[in-house]
Amino acid sequence: MSFTAEKLTRYTELSKRIRRHIVRMTHHAGSGHPGGSLSATELLTVLFFEHMNVDPKNPDWADRDCFFLSKGHCTPVYYSVLAEKGFFPVEELMTFRDVDGRLHGHPCSEHCPGVDISSGSLGQGLSVANGVALSAKLDGKSRRAYVMIGDGEAQEGQVWEAAMTTPHFGLDNVCAILDWNKIQLDDYVEDVMGLGDFAGKWKSFGWHVVEIDGHDLSEVDDAFREAKRTKGKPTAILAHTVKGKGISYMENTHKWHGLAPDDDELEMALKELV
Amino acid sequence: MTTMAAPREGYSQALIQLGKQHEDLVVLDADCAKSNMTNLFKQEFPDRFFNIGISECDLVGTAAGFALAGKVPFANAYANFLTGRAFDQMRISVCYANNNVKVVGHNAGTSPAQEGATHLPLEDISLMRSLPRMTVVVPADAVEMEKAVKAAYHFEGPLYLRVGKLPVPIVTQRDDPFQIGKAIHYRRGSDVSIISTGIMLDETFKAAEELEKRGIHADVLHVHTIKPIDVDAVVQSATRTGRVVTVEEHSIIGGLGSAVAEVLAEHQPTPLRRVGTQDRFGVSGKMDELLDFFELRAARIIKSVEGLMETAEAL
Repeated sequence: MSFTAEKLTRYTELSKRIRRHIVRMTHHAGSGHPGGSLSATELLTVLFFEHMNVDPKNPDWADRDCFFLSKGHCTPVYYSVLAEKGFFPVEELMTFRDVDGRLHGHPCSEHCPGVDISSGSLGQGLSVANGVALSAKLDGKSRRAYVMIGDGEAQEGQVWEAAMTTPHFGLDNVCAILDWNKIQLDDYVEDVMGLGDFAGKWKSFGWHVVEIDGHDLSEVDDAFREAKRTKGKPTAILAHTVKGKGISYMENTHKWHGLAPDDDELEMALKELV
Repeated sequence: MTTMAAPREGYSQALIQLGKQHEDLVVLDADCAKSNMTNLFKQEFPDRFFNIGISECDLVGTAAGFALAGKVPFANAYANFLTGRAFDQMRISVCYANNNVKVVGHNAGTSPAQEGATHLPLEDISLMRSLPRMTVVVPADAVEMEKAVKAAYHFEGPLYLRVGKLPVPIVTQRDDPFQIGKAIHYRRGSDVSIISTGIMLDETFKAAEELEKRGIHADVLHVHTIKPIDVDAVVQSATRTGRVVTVEEHSIIGGLGSAVAEVLAEHQPTPLRRVGTQDRFGVSGKMDELLDFFELRAARIIKSVEGLMETAEAL
């Protein structure tokens, strides 16, 4: 247990607030992706608030740690964490997916402060992380590159091209976070296209693999610490999560992969997130 | 006698010169370093060369990461696999994210020769031209290539550079001007505009000389930057001559011919003929044989011009 009771309370509350943002944002837009946002909430909360070296007042600071949301559809959790961290006002979350807003359906680095690269076509994030990490090594900088990949996303071939590149160049400044929620758009991942020995795959590619409960704040924190300590090879955090976590009717179903709650459903969700 | 040189030689020489001056330049390749001659850069600057393996999508994404970190990456691979397979990576990680990546498509056009249809990139310009923010540069020969590479380095934003493998005649001069986006007016004439790109400038010159003997005065415009195309130069030439023939070592669909057709249709409707490869795949053969096979020759340009003269007169 790395977290003090005080921190545990703080991040439990913050995660709950972020979940409230997620359902409110998708309700506001009438579309969006709550399921995979709710599964990634603790992971991104702990990453941004405990581990990433970033400056919300200077989002493009050259020495910042980078984060790439490779599973780019999960903007509700991403924007919520960025807003809570101070990259833009929390009130702006209610402009999610608005035509004149900065918070597009999928992340756009040109418009949204704190978004390091545009994404939304699955499979591209780890390659970009490798490029930043190689550049950091070349310049003798200590910056780190984090990338969040979905388990369904790992069906994309480019993920494995990039997974070869990271250990090949000894990029211990790369940390891949696998949001292993077991469900993709159409169905359970194992029914659509099974991942086989998912952890074994990463290990065999030369990664240091840490398997955790992605909703246990202390385990998440420990995993990021372990990644920083691991030298000579990159770390893949395989985080077992629950799609739709925190809202009973959204949990463990592909129905809420890309569906927004209506008025009644929003009310039900907010009651559960008090 | 005509001097021959491979465009890739001009490319690698310019890359090394730039590497000496600019520490932020990095080179990536997809297991084609020997063929693309980026291995010469690797010898000079081993720390700034990265072989990403046979994975064009990862290559382009990694280059985007380098650009994000402030480097100027030149991402090299065979043109057809690069532009075809990694199109989506160029669309999202490079162009949409507005990353300063130089995408270099090698083995261009007919230069893979006997490798056959799978290896002949005849659609790459079309693909790259369709990407928002992508600039598309197609130099004529090794001399112009050197200038293009240097201009590409100093150009801010995504850029596609097309590089051929086999020796082709050197037809441009060291002191010819080169500016991205600016066509070069090589010959003045009032009867027809021949607008060419890439290595077809050589056959275009030959055609223009032969036409001159036949009393037809050709205006020759070399469009090394297909996007953004030099609208003023195209319109001015077409206005002066009233007839246009485009020439490219690429499909007539989506490349220079299409770009010029779009400009003319909107600004100066003008009868047009397109010389290039037709809507078909290639075959195996020596580069010379392929240029004959595809009719990428002066004779075909002349035929198009004469056909256009007759049609236009009949109108």
